[in-house]
Amino acid sequence: MSINLNRIILKDFDIGRIRADFPLLRREVNGKPLVYLDNGATTQKPQQVIDAIIHYYQDMNSNVHRGVHYLSQISTDAFEVTRRKVQAFIHAEHEHEIIITKGATDGINLLAQCYGKAFVHAGDEIIISAMEHHSNIVPWQMLCEDKGAVLKVIPMNSDGELDMEQYQALLSPKTKMVAVTYVSNALGTINPIAEIIALAHQNGTPVLVDAAQAVQHLKVDVQALDVDFLVFSGHKMYGPTGVGVLYGKEKWLNAIPPYQGGGDMIKDVTFEKTTYNELPFKFEAGTPNIEAGICLAAAIDYLEEIGLDRIKAYEDDLLAYATEKLLAIEGLKMIGTAEHKSSVLSFVIKGIHPYDVGVILDKLGIAVRTGHHCAQPVMDQYRIPGTIRASLAMYNTREDIDALVAGIERAVKMLL
Amino acid sequence: MTINEIQDELIEDFAFYTDWMEKYEYIIQLGKELPLIDEQYKQDQYLIKGCQSKVWLYPHLREGKVYFTADSDAVITKGLVSLMVKVLSGHSPAAIVASDLYFIDQIGLKEHLSPTRANGLLSMVKQMKLYAMALQAKV
Repeated sequence: MSINLNRIILKDFDIGRIRADFPLLRREVNGKPLVYLDNGATTQKPQQVIDAIIHYYQDMNSNVHRGVHYLSQISTDAFEVTRRKVQAFIHAEHEHEIIITKGATDGINLLAQCYGKAFVHAGDEIIISAMEHHSNIVPWQMLCEDKGAVLKVIPMNSDGELDMEQYQALLSPKTKMVAVTYVSNALGTINPIAEIIALAHQNGTPVLVDAAQAVQHLKVDVQALDVDFLVFSGHKMYGPTGVGVLYGKEKWLNAIPPYQGGGDMIKDVTFEKTTYNELPFKFEAGTPNIEAGICLAAAIDYLEEIGLDRIKAYEDDLLAYATEKLLAIEGLKMIGTAEHKSSVLSFVIKGIHPYDVGVILDKLGIAVRTGHHCAQPVMDQYRIPGTIRASLAMYNTREDIDALVAGIERAVKMLL
Repeated sequence: MTINEIQDELIEDFAFYTDWMEKYEYIIQLGKELPLIDEQYKQDQYLIKGCQSKVWLYPHLREGKVYFTADSDAVITKGLVSLMVKVLSGHSPAAIVASDLYFIDQIGLKEHLSPTRANGLLSMVKQMKLYAMALQAKV
């Protein structure tokens, strides 16, 4: 997006109104006004989502897809409204391509298990990248162990950008899946996902994109990307905890066997043979997290009302401001300096353990994450025990960044 | 001094510091007084699991008493280890195993530290007691 267009968008981004929507941001922590910069872990919820949760329990609580009674019907309808909203949100072709899961991790495990059962055999290869979250490493590792398949890793350079030449070299007739993250949770890198998908498709290989750190920051269009599978979590996009989405192209979801057995996922059950339900229910065994499923719609409404283009423009501006301010701190080194980045500032300070900084910042009411961010291989590549990570959301401000910088300076004084 | 006498003394010391910053500065200072672990023992087998930062802890028995040396790569954690060592080092295995470490709560550490950190502290206590238990057989 051009800088001029960004300026126009930023002008009508009403940060005061947005902040007012998030009641938790008004609280104090350790006697200080909260500065919440751990949005990569989870975001706070707007009043609209909180109200939807209360409304669900006060007015409609009932199991879905089961009863003929009134409440069951309205809760089922509401649950299916979410499915259609997700469909529109990521621009899927069909509503039944949206599988409601417990979260991004759940979606990846589902896919690794079910796709693996049908399509992965001894000697086959799965490609992931060097910057994956453990959630997009371990399920594939488990599948490889189970099947005698081999996990291949796309390396990255010191800026935290994937080596696309190496990626192309890894693709072969043995490659059965490419599973990569859209945005790195530890580094903030936005990967060239369209290019990754196109290359995999030339090789006849489907692609899973982990969009857990993407959907809340930038517009995702699964048809434009031509991605085969995509996962994300509700709680990182201002929605409830315990719900997520697995998108899959219809042809793939029909081709892979179901995941867990149980209620809702069957057509007919006898002791001799069970036939499975159609999409999407084939992959949704048991009573789902109904409340979270229904209230995810409120989070999508919220994101769309503000607009992802505007959110991205605002967050990009804030990221640039934060990067400049942090780099001015003596001894601070940014981990993850890719050209295309989103909302993550991961850094270390010379001579100081990230954990010590995290403890002092907490005393100042500033919430950041310290440690390996569930991406140990990334830390190993940089030969560091972990980083301090400030991750931004649409409600963060330059004042938050100034408080962070002042907090770090105070911590450094105490710790060095 | 008994374990409880040391705990009571620490509770008194900490009562001086009403401001959290002074309290943490004191903890960091205590870290500098920690009897350091010999480099040869800085191995994985002496690492305490459950801490975000690394903590190495080495026990040895001398004249029926357990002495701990330790280190950490984070200075606040090092201060916490130092506190634990101050309280438990130099006592009989039986006294260490039986000890009730009420001072952690009373100096406001459990309450003010993040859950992972509190767990780290608990892992430390657990490991020190396990070592004492193992050494009990040798007394």
